[in-house]
Amino acid sequence: MANSLTAGRLNPLYVLLLRYGPPRWSNYIREHWLGQRLVIGIPFVWLLLFFVAPFLIVLKISFSEVQLAMPPYAPLFEWAAETKRLVATFNLDNYLFLLTDDLYVRTFSYSVKVAAISTLFCLLIGYPMAYAIARSSPTMRSVWLMLIILPFWTSFLLRVYAWVGLLKTDGLINQALMGVGLINEPLTLLYTDFAVYIGIVYSYLPFMILPLYANLEKHDLTLLEAAADLGAKPIKAFLTITLPLSIPGIVAGSLLVFIPAVGEYVIPSLLGSSDQLMIGRVLSDEFFSNRDWPVASSVAIAILLLLVLPIVLFQRFQNRELAGQK
Amino acid sequence: MSDQPGVATRPGQAADPAREYVRIEGVTKKFGDFVAVDNVSLSIMKGEIFCLLGGSGCGKTTLLRMLAGFERPTQGRILIDGQDMADTPPYARPVNMMFQSYALFPHMSVEQNVAFGLEQERLSGTEVRQRVGEMLDIVQLGDFLKRKPHQLSGGQRQRVALARALIKRPKLLLLDEPLGALDKKLRERTQFELINLQERLGVTFIVVTHDQEEAMTLASRIGVMDRGEIVQIGTPSDIYEYPSSKFVADFIGSVNMFEGKLIEDEPDHVRVDCPDISGVVYVNHGISSAPTAKVWVAIRPEKIDIEREMPSVSENFCRGTVKEIAYMGDKSVFLVKADSGSMIRVTLPNTERHAEDRISWDETVYLSWHASSPVVLAQ
Repeated sequence: MANSLTAGRLNPLYVLLLRYGPPRWSNYIREHWLGQRLVIGIPFVWLLLFFVAPFLIVLKISFSEVQLAMPPYAPLFEWAAETKRLVATFNLDNYLFLLTDDLYVRTFSYSVKVAAISTLFCLLIGYPMAYAIARSSPTMRSVWLMLIILPFWTSFLLRVYAWVGLLKTDGLINQALMGVGLINEPLTLLYTDFAVYIGIVYSYLPFMILPLYANLEKHDLTLLEAAADLGAKPIKAFLTITLPLSIPGIVAGSLLVFIPAVGEYVIPSLLGSSDQLMIGRVLSDEFFSNRDWPVASSVAIAILLLLVLPIVLFQRFQNRELAGQK
Repeated sequence: MSDQPGVATRPGQAADPAREYVRIEGVTKKFGDFVAVDNVSLSIMKGEIFCLLGGSGCGKTTLLRMLAGFERPTQGRILIDGQDMADTPPYARPVNMMFQSYALFPHMSVEQNVAFGLEQERLSGTEVRQRVGEMLDIVQLGDFLKRKPHQLSGGQRQRVALARALIKRPKLLLLDEPLGALDKKLRERTQFELINLQERLGVTFIVVTHDQEEAMTLASRIGVMDRGEIVQIGTPSDIYEYPSSKFVADFIGSVNMFEGKLIEDEPDHVRVDCPDISGVVYVNHGISSAPTAKVWVAIRPEKIDIEREMPSVSENFCRGTVKEIAYMGDKSVFLVKADSGSMIRVTLPNTERHAEDRISWDETVYLSWHASSPVVLAQ
């Protein structure tokens, strides 16, 4: 093979190859920072296409007006033929409407309340679980973690429907309680706030446990020995050492539960009462039932703004935490 | 042990032999089938620096952790100041520990770390602040009150750990490899700081270390551990000059060990026939261990003389060829191959800047030593 190349006139590229070896792309890439740009670029383009662009479209629609047309909203920018100018009509009515009609404020504050209480319960149930897993033997640890992740193998929707079967008037829980003789009349469990809390806590508990576990598992146990050595009893040592050191895990877990819980749509729709709506339900009703895209969009923007705040806070907290570790 | 001729103990550090502070009685610790500490009995006097010295896995840290209360002995008793510690949890013991990793609380400042122990005692805020301030002045960290541990250097962290362990004025301080994480220069300086501090505060120190130099510098007494057992207890000079076993002789410093046969065993002298040096070793003191036919003769490298001329003695010498010379600055190490083929290590201090007539490679030399230098070991 090489002979056919070298036969007769020598290929100049081949001569270069013989003399200098294969081209060093790595050097070129290193010199031109291509690798770094590529690594940042891929998620950057992804976010641009599938987050920023849709967001801008929603933002645009939120300033628009309803129209019986296809699409069902008035264009924001119009070419006025007579004046030969581009006319932009920004309509703030949708946002004003959110403030005047108390449905939105009510449902939003209700959503925040449900999400906050659910997050608190997730924390109270999840912290001991995460702690126990982090302190168990390495072999048991993977078993427990597997069990925590196991529900994700079943569809989320299916699991919420399963709760309907458990909670309904002639459901398993009522049957069992009446069978034992604790109650005579079936309890109203389904379509109540209680059912919504159960659904949210059940569904989001793993999102609390996993970051907490990741944090607690890294703790240096000699710190607790040092605390005991200095006279701190186990509970005091937990409160002064373990708990403060697990705050990043608590914050991460709480945000992972709180943020999606505020906009939760499926759980309150299936388990909650029809007169206590959550903001996610309102949004979808505006969009699909009322076909009021501008109001739906402004609701979406409002939720985003009210949720962006905690995200930004979280980011700052994490950065400070990272800066704190060496 | 200390009645043997040797180096005197440090005057300020003289432990009060009448006042036993810690008593370890037949303590055994098993982890499953593994025996980490095997039937150790030990007394530690008030005000001394006792070093537990041994290689990794010899059980020295386990013994220390049992004193602190982090492990419970499988068998035996530990008494501190006359009190049985069996049912006393770590937080109730009159003992503080300085951890090998320092175990500083990363979320607390230097001040908070040091104050932690006092805050458990419900002292008033002003008293806590005053005592923390004093302690941080002692360890020269007064300017670093508000720093977090990760903003400190290794040496500073070590001093915070020391201050934190001393703040409760314990009578007994346990130190797990206290200088292990420091570089050599800092370690040497800190060794003397530790001794000064110990003398000033009158605290009893139990130090765990694998570094024999550290043990020699710090300790008033050393307990050498091997495979869970204490193999010898004594002052640094006892341990070095009168090792009781082959293991100790080999572990502490370097040593030349020759196998031999006991041919004369009298109360005031011993003769050993050593094929390794093709001759007889005469030792001008009796040996305490039960005489067995097979013994080992141990001679420290610095106790051997090296000359070109044959010494005018009939015993305690050996002929060989210089195979290797290592110049170490303060001393030179010669590796001499004896006629029998065994290698002998000799060190000579470099007292002169340039000696004209230095012994060189491949020269034939005679090694000799004083009759008091060899130690005869039965096992």
